[in-house]
Amino acid sequence: MPVVIAHTLRKRYGESEVVAGLNLSLAHGTCHGLLGPNGAGKTTTLKMLLGLITPDSGDIQVLDLPVPSLARQARLRIGVVPQVDNLDPDFTVTENLLTYGRYFGLSDAAIRERIPGLLDFAGLNNRAAARIQTLSGGMKRRLTLARALVNDPDVIFLDEPTTGLDPQARHVIWQGLRRLLSQGKTILLTTHFMEEAERLCDRLTIIDHGHTIAEGSPRDLISTHIEPDVMEIYGEEAIAWGREEGSRHADRIEEAGETLFCYTRQPGPLLDALKGRPNLKYLHRPANLEDVFLKLTGRELRD
Amino acid sequence: MTDLLRFPQLSLRFIPVWQRNFLVWKKLALPSVLGNLADPMLYMLGLGFGLGSLLPDVEGMSYLTFLGAGTVAYSTMNSATFETLYSGFSRMHVQKTWEAILNTPLELDDVLTGEWLWAASKSLLSGLAILAVIWVLGLQADWALSLWLIPLAFLIGLCFSGMGLVMTAVSPSYDFFMYYFTLVITPMVLLCGVFYPVSQLPPLLQEISSWLPLTHAIEIARPLVRGQIPAQPLTHIVVLLSWGFVGFWLALGLTRRRLLK
Repeated sequence: MPVVIAHTLRKRYGESEVVAGLNLSLAHGTCHGLLGPNGAGKTTTLKMLLGLITPDSGDIQVLDLPVPSLARQARLRIGVVPQVDNLDPDFTVTENLLTYGRYFGLSDAAIRERIPGLLDFAGLNNRAAARIQTLSGGMKRRLTLARALVNDPDVIFLDEPTTGLDPQARHVIWQGLRRLLSQGKTILLTTHFMEEAERLCDRLTIIDHGHTIAEGSPRDLISTHIEPDVMEIYGEEAIAWGREEGSRHADRIEEAGETLFCYTRQPGPLLDALKGRPNLKYLHRPANLEDVFLKLTGRELRD
Repeated sequence: MTDLLRFPQLSLRFIPVWQRNFLVWKKLALPSVLGNLADPMLYMLGLGFGLGSLLPDVEGMSYLTFLGAGTVAYSTMNSATFETLYSGFSRMHVQKTWEAILNTPLELDDVLTGEWLWAASKSLLSGLAILAVIWVLGLQADWALSLWLIPLAFLIGLCFSGMGLVMTAVSPSYDFFMYYFTLVITPMVLLCGVFYPVSQLPPLLQEISSWLPLTHAIEIARPLVRGQIPAQPLTHIVVLLSWGFVGFWLALGLTRRRLLK
């Protein structure tokens, strides 16, 4: 039985349909990634799953509870890491956890018993009495993650959990999420970082304009949607060379500014052709999720 | 429209929200107490002694006593208004505290109930502080009767917190609150009998005054200080409660539109 099921969700704001018939199914104990450009409907979808926004149509079940009608009961067993930091700035680390635990109806004694474990998880053992303003961005994120675990949730929603973090802090968050998965928690994650999705997620749903445009494991998505080899070619002449010669050797080319992307199943001829053009700098690499994402959602900006 | 007017679900789940605000207040209590209490107290003592010495008795009592009763209501109103406007807006808009709470099993109804009752509780302290000054100066005629000013202060707090939450719900920024002070709070202070009897005003202004909640608050407070049982207390109580509850109800609908859409 899936932990979260959403069936043909729709939500319209005025003229634009932000979520347009979205389906989602999260298997127990897996990490499911929701990918999409800005404005694709990711946050709206999360809010609908929490019962904070009522969909115009469609069905949602979270932990076998219908949402939004029994959203309160569902939220008792969900942990949420929001996109925007909303820790209580007037409180210490411990007070943040204590106060948040009370919202779940937990007794102070029960919360205090959990706090050492949560601090340990967040690597904030020696910061229990620190004020929020004194924490780094990474520490705040870790505390937000620990706060989402105060009710020992079965499923955790994370909305862009590592945006704005340095690589070290990001790796620590990833380790934490892997630990949660090994404890049998189910995770739903939205992110802009394809690397993050590729590393953490068992399954991905790529959405755009409120629709699902692709779904599968990261490896499946790469093998189904894109050629396995990529040549990124830079330089003033790259585009002209691509149109003239590159396109003959590659299965598909894409232009982005002064960079040419050649996608191919057989990199040999392309590499040979490039050897004769020493003024073209290039990078040869395996195709990744970002290539899939850009192919499916396009390269134009979405703000 | 149904969303806007849905009747509030009242439950005890508001308690952790109240506790949260209380915990913040405890940490910042001293400056908060000074800021909230010193101002009305200075007005009351300065005008009461300074202006009062030039005046005959007003409505059968010393001007200081007259002003003291008005100040209990005025100070409570101010405190409830500041708490819901500035502090409430910080929690809702700047710190996103309400959004954090909405991800837990609490509903917006619980959050706003907590905020409403918290602001009323905090403003009760402002009323109490003025009451303490009244007691210290011995302005009250009947000690036991003056104790009724305590529940009255809470009621005044409910009234103005409910109204204030409406402003918070629709405000784009802190600057917006100046309109409320200029167009609602200041006229209320000047029309409702804090500094002089309403009967001194022209008939039209008296008519307006009779609709304003602060007038009703003072209609109860002043007899209580003077040792009399207020006339028509039920009417005044209903007016105060109505302003407060309708405000709270409307604020809930408006905040739902703002945050849960």
